[in-house]
Amino acid sequence: MAWFRRSKSGIESDSKKKEIPDGMWTKCDKCGEIIHKKQLEQNAFTCQKCNFHFRIGSSEYIQILFDEKSFKEMDKKMMSADPLNFVDTKPYKERVKEAIKNTGLYDAVRTGTGKINGHNVVAAIMDFSFIGGSMGSVVGEKIARAIQKSIKTKYPLIIISKSGGARMMEGALSLMQLAKTSAMLTKLAEAKVPYISILTDPTTGGTTASYAMLGDVNIAEPGALIGFAGPRVIKQATGKDLPPGFQTSEFLLEKGFIDFICHRKELKSKVTQLLDLFAS
Amino acid sequence: MPKTILEFEKPIIELEQKISEMKKLSETLDIEDEIKSLEEKIQQLQDQIYSNLSRWQIVQIARHPERPYTLDYIQKITTDFIELHGDRYFGDDKALVGGFAKLNGETVMVIGQQKGRDTKSNLYRNFGMMNPEGYRKALRLMKLAEKFEKPVITFLDTPGAYPGIEAEERGQAEAIARNLFEMSKLRVPIIVVIIGEGASGGALGIGVGDRILMLEYCWYSVISPESCSSILWRSWDYKEQAAEALKLTAKDLIQFNIIDRIVPEPRGGAHRNPDQAAIILKEILIDELNKLKKIKIDKLIEMRIQKFLNMGVYLE
Repeated sequence: MAWFRRSKSGIESDSKKKEIPDGMWTKCDKCGEIIHKKQLEQNAFTCQKCNFHFRIGSSEYIQILFDEKSFKEMDKKMMSADPLNFVDTKPYKERVKEAIKNTGLYDAVRTGTGKINGHNVVAAIMDFSFIGGSMGSVVGEKIARAIQKSIKTKYPLIIISKSGGARMMEGALSLMQLAKTSAMLTKLAEAKVPYISILTDPTTGGTTASYAMLGDVNIAEPGALIGFAGPRVIKQATGKDLPPGFQTSEFLLEKGFIDFICHRKELKSKVTQLLDLFAS
Repeated sequence: MPKTILEFEKPIIELEQKISEMKKLSETLDIEDEIKSLEEKIQQLQDQIYSNLSRWQIVQIARHPERPYTLDYIQKITTDFIELHGDRYFGDDKALVGGFAKLNGETVMVIGQQKGRDTKSNLYRNFGMMNPEGYRKALRLMKLAEKFEKPVITFLDTPGAYPGIEAEERGQAEAIARNLFEMSKLRVPIIVVIIGEGASGGALGIGVGDRILMLEYCWYSVISPESCSSILWRSWDYKEQAAEALKLTAKDLIQFNIIDRIVPEPRGGAHRNPDQAAIILKEILIDELNKLKKIKIDKLIEMRIQKFLNMGVYLE
């Protein structure tokens, strides 16, 4: 072997990146693999090399989970009313406006009915890109109505959580959405309609401390951050180093808080299997 | 004299000291009239200061170390209290106390977050920050109350659920979520009283009920002003602004129908006269409980769920 051969991969030039047509290629956040857009889509937005699950929005989940064109959205245009007239470094009203403009969404959750391999379901799917997937009055109300729909139709409920927690800019009203959604879930339980909770990266704070943890079956995507307090807050409060893998899906599985971890590519078939088991 | 004096309390305390000095003098001198006029002045000053408190000042009163805590209210309001311990799964959380007691001669289950008053007792009580076993202990006691058809009264006073490594391992989020779920359908009346700090999910974890009462100088919100400041302003220096923005006082929350009733505090706040604070609260608790007892339990639960469903403001 030649003594001058590189043992490690060299420093890659930045200019190479610019040659790639914008939007066609994506780099894996975890292993650095360059993935073509089509390939990424085919893999349900996971890295074919290291299985890293990219953060995706409600549209992608609808595409992955639902039978073609079966998803019918409810309460699409419900919007925040800024009840507190909240201003920090920027008025909340402006933040909302900006988020709507940037994401094309009206708030951090989309709800609706649809079919999964022929099974009718009601679903609520969160969008992290809308103010960190935070839960304020709109998210709470839309989820409460989705549960109501589930009770009425007897269609099983699926909630895909992806959220930093309750939305600060609506103060105590946001906090009350934890109680509101949980209270509504008691009615769903009473009606004996199944609820599958899918926890994705990240699910923290008030979202975890309400509906995300209350599924009849809790499923998590691999490697997702799931917890109550954020890792930084815990580190600050305890002054301790956090153990490796702390607050990941795998950690929660080990501690007994989720039923199983499911690769996104298998999500549809696993959910179908569960729906089958509940139905027959 | 109180050990801890808040900045805005200083002029009042100074006048009070003056009066007590004059009272000593009055044994030999005739200065009754002067004392009287000074006392009137104190009242005026106090009214003036306390009717113009900023939200941040209210947060400070809510945290006053001499403010009555859960066990103080239990001791002052109820009789025959027997403290019950443990969640039966893991351990006994000292930040959450509870047990059977008698209120006005009738058995109730009292449950509340408990802070300490000095370093030693604060460490023992974990500064009133609960771990998952605390929420599970609270739920166990509520289920016990349900079984024997005794009403539940909870006292909220916490700077938040404990953000610890072990707390996460044992499912802090699940424990809180489970309580929200179970309290929504508990088949006995529940009265919730915010007596100090109501910090986010940590407080709400024992805060679902038929009547939500809040003492006059308390705060209850999704986050503390300090943490809100650090996240949104990226600095710890904007806590006053954050407190204003969060609209976290009893007067704010009653407008959003998040609380049902404000419990007045004695002049200057509960810490200036804990006995009086307890008397006021006791009367209101008895009144509320009597009203709730008249409602059939199925109807009560329906109303409880509806009450929380109505919370939220949005545009369609």
